[in-house]
Amino acid sequence: MKYYRSMVLISNDPQSMVQGAQEIFDCIKAEVKKHNLEDEISIAMASDISRMDISPVVIVYPEAVVYGPVKVEDVPFLVEEHLYKGRIATRLQAPKKALSGPIAWLSTREGSLPAEQRIVLERAGIIDPESIDDYIIHEGYRALGKVLSEMKPADVIATIKESGLRGRGGAGFPTGTKWGFVAGAKGDKKYVVCNADESEPGTFKDRLILEGDPHSIIEALIIASYAVGADEGYIYVRGEYELAQSRLKAAIQQAKEYGILGKNIFGSNHSFELHVHAGAGAYICGEETALLESIEGKRGEPRPRPPYPTTEGLWGKPTLINNVETLANIPAIIRHGAKWFRSFGTPSSPGTKVYTILGNVNKTGLVEVPMGITLREVISIYAKGMKNGISFKLAQTGGSSGSIIPASLQDTPMDYDSYSKAGVSLGSGALLICNEEICVVDLAKVLMKFFKFESCGKCNPCRIGNIRALQTLDRISEGLGTEADIETLQMISKNLYEMSNCGLGQTSGAPLRDIINHFRAEVDAHIKLKVCPAGICAMSGQSNLYNN
Amino acid sequence: MASRTEITIRVTDAVKDALETYEKKEEELIPILSKVNRDLGFLPQEALELISDGLKVPKSRVKSVASFYHMLSTKPLGRHVIRFCENAPCHVAGGGEIWSALKEATNLQAGETSPDGKWSLITTSCLGLCAVGPVMVVDGDVYGNLTVDKIPEILGRYE
Repeated sequence: MKYYRSMVLISNDPQSMVQGAQEIFDCIKAEVKKHNLEDEISIAMASDISRMDISPVVIVYPEAVVYGPVKVEDVPFLVEEHLYKGRIATRLQAPKKALSGPIAWLSTREGSLPAEQRIVLERAGIIDPESIDDYIIHEGYRALGKVLSEMKPADVIATIKESGLRGRGGAGFPTGTKWGFVAGAKGDKKYVVCNADESEPGTFKDRLILEGDPHSIIEALIIASYAVGADEGYIYVRGEYELAQSRLKAAIQQAKEYGILGKNIFGSNHSFELHVHAGAGAYICGEETALLESIEGKRGEPRPRPPYPTTEGLWGKPTLINNVETLANIPAIIRHGAKWFRSFGTPSSPGTKVYTILGNVNKTGLVEVPMGITLREVISIYAKGMKNGISFKLAQTGGSSGSIIPASLQDTPMDYDSYSKAGVSLGSGALLICNEEICVVDLAKVLMKFFKFESCGKCNPCRIGNIRALQTLDRISEGLGTEADIETLQMISKNLYEMSNCGLGQTSGAPLRDIINHFRAEVDAHIKLKVCPAGICAMSGQSNLYNN
Repeated sequence: MASRTEITIRVTDAVKDALETYEKKEEELIPILSKVNRDLGFLPQEALELISDGLKVPKSRVKSVASFYHMLSTKPLGRHVIRFCENAPCHVAGGGEIWSALKEATNLQAGETSPDGKWSLITTSCLGLCAVGPVMVVDGDVYGNLTVDKIPEILGRYE
């Protein structure tokens, strides 16, 4: 393999792209070429290394010097100073103060508190995601080597069970137990599937894992296939995630060339073939049985359960389905052991969680922290407080099928059990932080509009219930609400939960339940006083949605 | 205006190309439809029939899949397609105002295409770009941190 003297990473998160990261990348390439340094310096785009206030960011390794915000005009100077003459271009360095912030890998390097704890994103932003060599140098495929040479499938499952890892897609089901089900299922053909159809509004953690460290998912899937006895697998990637798709395909090709995918991996008896399947735009395909239908080339309509995919999944064969973030934990658990993993997080929810912090806060972005941190800590430490000092009203977790968390629960530890006891859910990791200026009726309307749009239409409670809920909320927001509407919303929420076929329908009524339980006075003000306390709803006396 | 035969040739070529790119198996239906949709801008009835013949999958099945996924369109769209995210994170970041401005600037409602065929205005679910909300995508170009003032300038870039 080839060695380089330095590596340059350029941030390509959306913000950086908007600010010209591509031009900067091209310009660095051209300048490096001008100095005849192409053989000594590798240049790559990597997600998840930037921060809003210093993007676009250019990082030069091995010194780990952070430059930002960088403009195209700065590039010739930067390349000449740092890469040609070997001096740090101090003028362009990101301000020290910006570096002490927590949202980015920077905090752990700087040793400033509070540091993040990175397990699933440990390599994102440090390696060139398009280089298998870079992955291997950073401990990549070591877990796979250990599994294939030293462990029996049952040992692998036992380790994952001991680690206490729970599914990060939202439901929090124990991962080891699921692996055990598939391993124990009868059948000579089995599949493993990675659910990368990340579509929960506000969630983009999986995209950053796939774009920043695609080989970690491939490694985890091979380990999983060995543990459950599968010889074929699929990564179902959301249609909109084109960069993630191309990186995964390139990574699979590299792994094949290295003999890491294919027949008799590392000379063992284990063989595994892996495909990337792109979706075509359907939120429902994140539901695991809909996802299977979609891989088979059908409409993404959820199947009735049972039978569960663990016994009858893809083409009727036992199938293991795990979320991207869940899988990204696997290699680290194998390398360091279950006990190490349990040293993070809480006893019932060990490990870390990746959150996307959004909304009315001073710092938005992505953070990986141990399970069990509270919302208050997230807001004050990682999000640097509420924007303009306006007080915190609620947070919406885990995309639209998460819960609305009122301020009264902001000291509840964020782990699966504590949240479930409080009657809310952690969801997929989005934290949409809202201040006093948002209106709960308006927010619920937006959420129900989403479900109306994304309901697959297969079962009635979801197809009709979400429309009725939206119409009712619309009338309330236009000052046409009646007291009976509260009961209507409660009934719709209950019916959706009890009678829908799949997880989408069952949880889609949660916002209705949550606004009535936690913000009853505000809803009542709309209905009884015909006033929107936040001044958001139109209260026009006319409803456009009433008749359609 | 392209003649009927020219259109047929374009459709036939696009389908042939897609069927050669992927294996002729039912499980490849979605990638094939996506490719043809990308090449032609939408999925005309003729294309669906050719794909049905090529894959030996019933026409009803092909149509039902083509009409299910949001990234596939069975209707022709405008030369430029504006996809606006209307989910909660963009909404909280001020998406409502942007949406009104977009409707006004294009004189369209959600799902409509302008009579001169220039614009289609579509709402979309979360694109995972929430950190720079409100967000819209015009053709393949992403625009984030939108404000009402930026809309005319951005739309002005498209012919």
